[in-house]
Amino acid sequence: MIRPPMIRPPRISLEVRETGPLALVEDLGRAGLAHVGVTRSGAADRRAHRLANRLLANAEDRATIEITFGQFSARVLGGDVDIAVTGADAQPAIDGIPFGVNSVAHILEGQVISLGMPHSGVRSYLGVRGGLAVAAVLASRSYDTMSGIGPPPLRSGDVLPVGEPAGHLPELDQAPVAAIPSGPVEFRLVRGPRDDWCGDPEALVRTEWLTSPRSDRVGVRLAGPGITHRWPGRQLPSEGAVRGSVQVPPDGQPIILGADHPVTGGYPVIGVVIDADTDGLAQLRPGQPVRFIWAPRPHRDRY
Amino acid sequence: MSAPTIRDYGDRALLLDCASTDEVLALAAILRAADLAEVTDIVPGARTVLVTLTEPAQQAAMRTRLATVELATPTELAQPDRDDAVIDVIYDGADLAEVAALLKMDVTDVIEAHTGTPWRVGFGGFAPGFAYLVDGDSRLSVPRRTQPRTRVPAGSVALAGEFSGIYPRESPGGWQLIGHTRAVLWDVERTQPALLMPGMWVTFRAVDAP
Repeated sequence: MIRPPMIRPPRISLEVRETGPLALVEDLGRAGLAHVGVTRSGAADRRAHRLANRLLANAEDRATIEITFGQFSARVLGGDVDIAVTGADAQPAIDGIPFGVNSVAHILEGQVISLGMPHSGVRSYLGVRGGLAVAAVLASRSYDTMSGIGPPPLRSGDVLPVGEPAGHLPELDQAPVAAIPSGPVEFRLVRGPRDDWCGDPEALVRTEWLTSPRSDRVGVRLAGPGITHRWPGRQLPSEGAVRGSVQVPPDGQPIILGADHPVTGGYPVIGVVIDADTDGLAQLRPGQPVRFIWAPRPHRDRY
Repeated sequence: MSAPTIRDYGDRALLLDCASTDEVLALAAILRAADLAEVTDIVPGARTVLVTLTEPAQQAAMRTRLATVELATPTELAQPDRDDAVIDVIYDGADLAEVAALLKMDVTDVIEAHTGTPWRVGFGGFAPGFAYLVDGDSRLSVPRRTQPRTRVPAGSVALAGEFSGIYPRESPGGWQLIGHTRAVLWDVERTQPALLMPGMWVTFRAVDAP
């Protein structure tokens, strides 16, 4: 018996045209490898990444594109697909016709999705129904900017395969999301473990800090009057760190560690931003004011 | 071993203070063997173990649970009954002569000191596959270079402070280079990408350049 040849539908993919300053494939990162020096990485704003996947009925660990300061565009090849843009509102559009962030849009084969410049926030997430199916490295499709592990930063001409959809679209096609603030942002943090290494730990919560332009996925650098060390020259033995750890280097200007943080560090950690607030770190723009408050205990009352 | 002090590290991790590297490694091994579902990462440091959790809601219960962890005596876990890794080194590092001068030792004595005592992988950091090797010959304590190099070749064997280490890949670095190895410290294609894991014993062996 002669079988007819299998006709596979052409695979849907995104052809990258413009990337803006930095466009990365990210998912929820690599867990369980910190002891061999591999940091978690993953979407800097996990909340926005998860929302993009939820809108598209994807599992939350499907890969999205993390777009820093917009100016990204891509053409859809091989078929029609649903997309969603979350995070910083960079006026997403299909063939120049705007559609809102935090909603599902249907894009036809050959059409172009484009992002402009966000007016507040930094990072936008472009999700596709089925997720981006680029090759995983160490069980994740996240690019770790510190170690260079994972799919490399996107370049014009890259073709990114789209995965198979897993579920059914939710009935809601738009999600209510609070706007990303452009003014001062307050972060709650748990004091310590090395606040005693600082001369005046309260200076952290008394000061209005400014986000430094040298901030990136490794950490948000703050500028302000500085925090003195109690024992200058004394070296803290290296210890593990997490996203949200607020390190105080010898120059006294705090660094809040981000998604691609070093797994261990030797600068005293004066406090650690509570997990739910770390997503907001990803949206701080250069010059944006930052304030801290000590989180009351027990922390879990807030969840 | 006395029970470690446990404190909150943010709202999704706990930091366990230990008295020594032996305690850190024993505790990390026990926690890893316990295979706790609520734990994401177990990160040894020089004197601490950081335990990160899947959810902030796990923190209070895990703090209680860790306070009851039965700790083996470190002497049972600390004795090297074998070398987990033997690393062949060509001792031709750019800083070898300077290290010898700093330590007021002959170059051959530096090599003998580096190869004569097994080292232990204390903790990771700096780069994937990099291991801070501890508990070697205590004479081999040298400061970092005042001017870090912008490019240190992969496989460089180095000293800094009380530590020895091997650069897994080319990178900038401020450690004193004493030799190089052809061992591959990090390879994402391997089932276990890191050659050296916390707790392993490592012996260096001097070999001639072919």
